[in-house]
Amino acid sequence: MTTMDRKAWIGLLARAPAARLAELMPTLPPHSFLRPPEIGAVMVRGRIGGTGSAFNLGEMTVTRCSIRLDDGTLGHAWVQGRDKGHATRAAVADALLQTNDSTRVKAEVLSPLATEAAEHRNARASKAAATKVEFFTLQRGEDQ
Amino acid sequence: MTPAALTGGFADAPLQSAQAFRSILQAMARPGTIHDLTGALPPPPLSVAAGVALLTLADPSTPVHLAGATDTPAVRGWLAFHLGAPLVGAEEADFALGTWADLQPVSRFRIGQPDYPDRSATLIVAVDHLEPEGVRLCGPGIRGAAQLSLPGIPALQANAAMFPLGFDCLFTCGTRIAALPRSTRLEVL
Amino acid sequence: MYVAVKGGERAIDNAHAWLAEERRGDLAVAELTLGQIREQLRLSVNRVMAEGSLYDPDLAALAIKQARGDLIEAIFLIRAYRTTLPRLGGSWPVDTAEMAIDRRISATFKDLPGGQILGPTFDYTHRLLDFRLAADGEAPVPAATATPSPDAVPHVMGLLDRDGLIEPAPVTDGTPRDLTRAPLELPADRALRLQAITRADEGFLLSLAYSTQRGYGRTHAFVGELRIGTVAVEVDIPELGFSVAIGEVELTECETVNQFTGSATQPPQFTRGYGLVFGQSERKAIAMSLVDRALRWQELGEDFVGAPAQDEEFVLSHCDNVQATGFLEHIKLPHYVDFQAELELLRRLRHDTQRMASQQNAEAAE
Repeated sequence: MTTMDRKAWIGLLARAPAARLAELMPTLPPHSFLRPPEIGAVMVRGRIGGTGSAFNLGEMTVTRCSIRLDDGTLGHAWVQGRDKGHATRAAVADALLQTNDSTRVKAEVLSPLATEAAEHRNARASKAAATKVEFFTLQRGEDQ
Repeated sequence: MTPAALTGGFADAPLQSAQAFRSILQAMARPGTIHDLTGALPPPPLSVAAGVALLTLADPSTPVHLAGATDTPAVRGWLAFHLGAPLVGAEEADFALGTWADLQPVSRFRIGQPDYPDRSATLIVAVDHLEPEGVRLCGPGIRGAAQLSLPGIPALQANAAMFPLGFDCLFTCGTRIAALPRSTRLEVL
Repeated sequence: MYVAVKGGERAIDNAHAWLAEERRGDLAVAELTLGQIREQLRLSVNRVMAEGSLYDPDLAALAIKQARGDLIEAIFLIRAYRTTLPRLGGSWPVDTAEMAIDRRISATFKDLPGGQILGPTFDYTHRLLDFRLAADGEAPVPAATATPSPDAVPHVMGLLDRDGLIEPAPVTDGTPRDLTRAPLELPADRALRLQAITRADEGFLLSLAYSTQRGYGRTHAFVGELRIGTVAVEVDIPELGFSVAIGEVELTECETVNQFTGSATQPPQFTRGYGLVFGQSERKAIAMSLVDRALRWQELGEDFVGAPAQDEEFVLSHCDNVQATGFLEHIKLPHYVDFQAELELLRRLRHDTQRMASQQNAEAAE
């Protein structure tokens, strides 16, 4: 397991629609909370001029959670929004992805989430592409 | 981060931190009174009371200074997970932890500015002995006089003399806590 | 002077009950769901998130419902709620160059890499009421699609910057000052001003920006680029030891190209104004970039012409609608004692004047 893998799946689980994750993970293995789901805020920052120094744009709601599976594996989650079930499921999934169960969880949870996220992104990009202006120059008299 | 760093926090943060905040508020409002502060298990050498006070008061926007023997990998990991508070030198700290000896010289800590006396540090001092005896306390929040077993009395008297500037202190011993705001005057009997 | 007065409890309870009933309106009409508000009144939701300074569409929808559609009241509710949330950390600055773009236009270059993408805009509608929506409108025809270009959509400013024609955007390290954590102290740096005006009242900012266009601190602004879309929010997670893109926010970004300056050391170059706002809020983003630019007169060595939009103290102290409405509306609350004192004083003054007048009359008669 590399950090990049884990960084990617924790992000994917965090950005997944909570209801969809609940469908994909209807039951959870036994686990205990190191940090019960906690709702808070993260200050979102921007850059002046898009590329300059940072400034505070405003906060967004975040729920974080840390769990331990019975075999001792730890799972962490920080997810956007205020859904405690989402944070718990994401933390459990993070732990499971570090166990022998990872292949199954990748296939049953991560793959559909990744596909659906890509589809969603592509659907919007396709609509945006259809509104791209194709300029054409009107024929000018002096050219003839 | 070790698994030990992830344990020992509040189980029910909203309720427990509200209760702990109330106790700390009482301690601060009634200097010299001793209150129980429980509900978390920080790694040693932090006392339970010091851990609970930090969980209640500190967050990513309050820089913390770990003095002397308090600065261990276990404590750093625990603070990172449960508080997210940045660790800084004494001069920038909102909160500082350690024994009285570790915290010397206390002149390093922020005492606020005349127009913003609140921009000052709170020292969370670990003591071996915390009893209502010894130096006499008087001032706001004390009916008549109170007594508290305190270290470093000359430095604390000097701090009180700077009022409204100065740092504030919380003294912790196991699960017990008492407070010494800068407004309290100390008289050696 | 403030004096506590008791009483009116029953009246207040009854007023609240009636308020709840009025909020619900005619029971024969179906109740609004939060989903309906979130999806169908999305620009209201965006405004509440931007000025409430908290990105959470469901909460904003709830606030709008509870406030009976009064957006400033809804913003007030969000501001009150956000104070209850523990601050878990700060994000990496979002990278708007990597935005998943819904809309991107430039008023300065016709042909530019990535093209002009109109997105879901009101711009070319005729502003005629559409009565089909009144007649229980059917689902609209699905939006047309086209194959998205895999090419990057670079910032227009980057193109000007490459040729050194626009002032650079310097990067300084360190955590920016945060006006939600420390009281506003003037002078503010540009980062603090941007935080204040991104959560400022849209109407106030619009009027200020318009005033600069009409000559009160003119800055000759062109919209270099306006883009709307979603960006990832990446946060350092202490327990993991690395950062994760934990969410996405929709943003509107506006960069203006403004009148140029030059000096002994610097060749003439365009200057810039910047706007970045939660949600699809382009009126606000454009206004923000104009006001940002007007506030930079000192840094750019321009004259202070006394225009409101140039006056940092004026703009930052009056741009927040929650502060403004709080102070404005408090004067309707009981001031019985204050007013009695004024009344007393006025009576005494009148009495004194009358006495003096009659004295003078008596002296004149002698």
